[in-house]
Amino acid sequence: MPPIPNGVPMSFYLGLSAILFVIGVAGFIFRRNIITVFMCIELMLNAVNLSFVTFANHHKQVAGHIFTFFVMVVAAAEAAVGLAIILTVFKNRTTLNIDEVDSLKN
Amino acid sequence: MNLLEILIAVPAAGFLVTLLMPRAQEQFVKLFTLGVSLLVFALSLGLVTGYESGKTGQQFVHNVVWISNPDIHWHVGIDGLSLWLIILSTFLTPIAILISWSYIKKQVKEFFAFLLLLEFGLIGVFAAWDLFLFYTFWEVVLVPMYFLIGIWGHDRRIYAAVKFFLYTMVGSVLMLAAIIYVYTLAGTFDYATILELFRSGRIALNHTQETLLFLAFFLAFAIKVPLFPLHTWLPDAHVEAPTAGSLMLASVMLKMGTYGLVRFCLPMFPIAARENAGWINVLAIIGIIYGALVAMVQPNMKKLVAYSSVSHLGFVVLGIFSFTQMGLDGAVYQMLNHGISTGALFVLVGFLYERRHSLAIKDFGGVATAAPWLAITFLITTLASIGLPMLNNFVGEFLILQGAAQAKFAWTAFAAVGVILSACYMLWMYQRVFFGPLSDDVKHHMPELNMREWACIVPLIVMMVWMGMRTQTFLPAVSETTAQILERTSPAAMVVPAAGSPAVAVALPSVEIAKGGDQNAR
Amino acid sequence: MRTLWIIPALPFVGFLINGIFGRKLSKALVSLIAVLSVVLSFAMVMKVFLEAGNLATSPVHEHYFTWIKSGGFSIGWDYAVDKLTMIMLMVVTGIGSLIHIYATGYMEHEEGYYRFFAYLNLFMFFMLNLVLAGNYLLLFVGWEGVGLCSYLLIGFYFVKDSATTAGNKAFIVNRVGDFGFSLAMFLIAITFGSLDFTKVMPAAAGKPTATLTTIALLLIVGACGKSAQFPLYVWLPDAMEGPTPVSALIHAATMVTAGVYMCTRSAPIFIHAPVAMDTIAMIGLFTAVFAATIGLTQYDIKKVFAYSTVSQLGYMFLGVGVGAFSAGVWHLMTHAFFKALLFLGAGSVIHACHGEQDMRHMGGLKKYAPWTCLVLACASLAIAGFPFTSGFFSKDAILGAAYAHAPWMYWVGVVTAGMTAFYVWRAFWMTFWGDYKGHGHPHESSWVMLGPLVVLAVLSIAGGFLFNVPEILSGMFPIKEAAENGGPGEAVLTGISVAFGLAGVGLSYLMYVVNKDIPEKITSALGGIYTLVYNKYFVDEAYDAAIVRPLIQGSESALWKIVDAGVIDGVVNGAGTQSQGLGSMLRLLQSGNIRSYATWVVIGAVVVIVAIGVGGVK
Repeated sequence: MPPIPNGVPMSFYLGLSAILFVIGVAGFIFRRNIITVFMCIELMLNAVNLSFVTFANHHKQVAGHIFTFFVMVVAAAEAAVGLAIILTVFKNRTTLNIDEVDSLKN
Repeated sequence: MNLLEILIAVPAAGFLVTLLMPRAQEQFVKLFTLGVSLLVFALSLGLVTGYESGKTGQQFVHNVVWISNPDIHWHVGIDGLSLWLIILSTFLTPIAILISWSYIKKQVKEFFAFLLLLEFGLIGVFAAWDLFLFYTFWEVVLVPMYFLIGIWGHDRRIYAAVKFFLYTMVGSVLMLAAIIYVYTLAGTFDYATILELFRSGRIALNHTQETLLFLAFFLAFAIKVPLFPLHTWLPDAHVEAPTAGSLMLASVMLKMGTYGLVRFCLPMFPIAARENAGWINVLAIIGIIYGALVAMVQPNMKKLVAYSSVSHLGFVVLGIFSFTQMGLDGAVYQMLNHGISTGALFVLVGFLYERRHSLAIKDFGGVATAAPWLAITFLITTLASIGLPMLNNFVGEFLILQGAAQAKFAWTAFAAVGVILSACYMLWMYQRVFFGPLSDDVKHHMPELNMREWACIVPLIVMMVWMGMRTQTFLPAVSETTAQILERTSPAAMVVPAAGSPAVAVALPSVEIAKGGDQNAR
Repeated sequence: MRTLWIIPALPFVGFLINGIFGRKLSKALVSLIAVLSVVLSFAMVMKVFLEAGNLATSPVHEHYFTWIKSGGFSIGWDYAVDKLTMIMLMVVTGIGSLIHIYATGYMEHEEGYYRFFAYLNLFMFFMLNLVLAGNYLLLFVGWEGVGLCSYLLIGFYFVKDSATTAGNKAFIVNRVGDFGFSLAMFLIAITFGSLDFTKVMPAAAGKPTATLTTIALLLIVGACGKSAQFPLYVWLPDAMEGPTPVSALIHAATMVTAGVYMCTRSAPIFIHAPVAMDTIAMIGLFTAVFAATIGLTQYDIKKVFAYSTVSQLGYMFLGVGVGAFSAGVWHLMTHAFFKALLFLGAGSVIHACHGEQDMRHMGGLKKYAPWTCLVLACASLAIAGFPFTSGFFSKDAILGAAYAHAPWMYWVGVVTAGMTAFYVWRAFWMTFWGDYKGHGHPHESSWVMLGPLVVLAVLSIAGGFLFNVPEILSGMFPIKEAAENGGPGEAVLTGISVAFGLAGVGLSYLMYVVNKDIPEKITSALGGIYTLVYNKYFVDEAYDAAIVRPLIQGSESALWKIVDAGVIDGVVNGAGTQSQGLGSMLRLLQSGNIRSYATWVVIGAVVVIVAIGVGGVK
């Protein structure tokens, strides 16, 4: 495995990315608070971003960086829309427990 | 665009136009659809006059590429087999429209539109010479019938419609798989090309392939026929369907199954067809006797007629798988006969239902006193149905049984029992419905046939007599085609002799028949 | 010029006119059309007869059109006339005409007058078609057609359940016979390659005996159905539900003899099938005795004659079976005369007694209906085989041939002849002698009815020596002499049978006129046996219990309710239920909860990763 310039091996980055992703997944699945769930999604996105950057650097190709930018833009847009929805939900329901917001079902 | 394509197009156009009509104009919708169906019938007679006998292969052919990849053709054409089935469809559709005139009270426009769609599908099925096209039309036919039963049927209509649809679908899907498999071998869906490839031996199926493909096609057709024990959808569908639905279902749609057997199963898979003829005929004979016995104890007229169809169609299958000229001719003829006579039975039962609002035999009695002409037309139809000579069914049954006797005498001996039983169930029903003292209940609900009803039933009765007496109007064209199909399935014509002897169940002691023929033509 | 088709066409036209427009026509016009069509048909037969020349050497054969053609096999609509056909034609149209005339009087006050004559004309059409047919299939057309008309006419009073049930029974039992006949046809077609009589008959000699025997046995099944032979005779007594002219025309004179005609027509096949010949002789003989014993005990006048018909048909089959085909046909003809007369006379009696059919409520009618009495006496003499009446000749020809074949058959036949004489004369005495025991005032019938009776009476007496059928047919069938194989001479045999006949007549006079207590005593002495015979040996009940009921109940409870609704639909609906069950389990996965979906995604991802890890990437 060729070393990365500053001497940190590639597997470290990927490992970190994986750990972050798993934390995100676990949070998404097990937490009830909408804001926490939302943050977990962001966490997953960033974990993936880290992988992209790592591979882009490794392959010396720009595609990974471009993907990262796209993801960041989408994440930003999502944060805007998502937080707005969460605010509205809280206004209407006075709760942020995700299990209580199920009016689309049934 | 040749006449055949016009015939396919007109009902389709009529269907679309009808859908666009205002819902309130019921009378106009009825007249319009009747006009369209009559026009189609008139045009279809052009097929008869234009049909040249003595020519091999299809006529009125139009073959263009419809989709180039995969290779699907718009290939339509007719031969002696499909000619009369198309005429049967176009002949019965106006009658189906007429009998529904006052019967249908809700969603009138859609009902009559669906009848035209049904006609479009039926003509298409019998005209298609491309497997994909055939499958398309095959499924098109399902749709209007599903709605005819499901919307305008009786109390258990949804159950019956779903049962009908699913039963048929099981077979269709297997057939689709088989069609696609054939495509992967042949690289085209065009039936004429496929048949030529098979015949010339350029595509050689091994024994397993041929058997499995045969069975896949056979199952789809056997469900449609319906062959015992795949018949239980039929009584339910008939009982729940409106009269027009029963008419078209029994008269034409069941023939799609037997047509498919003759058109596809026999020529494409001759070895498998011959190998499997034994048990198929046993099932057919069981169906003949079983259908008759169960019909005998039915308390409901439509159910009785439905089970009698199982019995009659058993004869057709027996004729087909006897692999004799007479058996095949008789089978094709019997398809037409059954369409006419059982169709007429459903029409007449519909008349009784419109009067009494019941299908139970016990609700009738003494009808002959109140409505003698209704009784007489019913009697003639009954007699046709039980195979009285000089009426149509006799000719078909005779040819089938004679053909089966040539192949294996035991088959005929058992099948002929069905002829005895048919007299039992039909005459018992007739006695209970028409004879006996007239109760007040019946008396007040039993007017004589009106003009519209006469117009429905007279053409059918004329056809019964015509087909019973002047068989030469119909049989020559049929014979030519069946002879070609038979030649294709004869052991000598088989390109790939199966390993071991292909256990041909039909050793033919038919030398005498063939020999005696020439002297016979005086 | 082809003219044969006119013979059946005339009644057919009559049928069409009366059937379609009859309701609007007057009774006079209806009867005119009906009678005229048959009488003209009879005239046409005569014309053909006179113009035909020698039918023995040059039978008339006419082909009209190809009816059915498939491959090399074709069946034409062919009519043919030889001597046998000619005799049948004359009997059918001649007696048919007389009965039509009679019926215009008999049915005068009935509802559905036009319907009756339409059916009767249709019957004539089919019967003539049967007789004229040039091939088996066309014969079968007539065969089924007369069955249809029989069904319609038995059930003529269709409001009565017993009538329509009897009609159904007749049709269905006949169908059982037709089953045999049609199988025989199929076998003939396979063996001979044709169904034309002209092709089949000459070739019969060269075919294997086993095949011919099978064909002949199957033909016998057909004949047993149509000609009411054991075990298929059960429909004929019930058929008496129909109007009396129908019983006379269809169930005595013409239709029921179709089986005899058919066997005679197929003689070349039968001759080469000795087993079948023996079978048919046995069946005939057994039926003759069997039905005669039942006839001894019946009180319904028409039932007596019905069993008598069954018995006499047995005689004809005996004749056919022992090889005396022409004697069988002779008896067919003379029987047509005297049995038609018996039935028509019975009709006249019933008419006289205002519809009463039970002989215990008759008696003394010779005072009120002298002409009826006289003509019935002629018929009764003829059937008893009184010397030089028609029945004497034909019965004797059959018995003589039977003796030549096997003497025991002769003796059984002679005993039966005695019984026949007894029960017919029993009916005669009970009806005409003694005092009137019925209701109302009996009256003589009109001359429209009596006229045909007188003609038939003359034929019953003189028909035997006027028409010597065996001689007429000697070109087709050699005459069987009784004394062929030694034994007593013709005269002795004749004497014995006449003696038995006269004894029967005398005994009946003794029992029903001189000392009326005797029947009572005999009845009580016989006890159980009498009950058995009086109830027709419980054959109907046995059929009902052994065949009809098991069939219906089996179909209903086993086939329909268990196999169809239970097993087959059970499997189908079971498949449906199973799919639904599977579906409702799978449905649980679709909880609508995003986090549970995510969990599935994760689990799936883990599975994929593990799979790749274990299996490696390819």
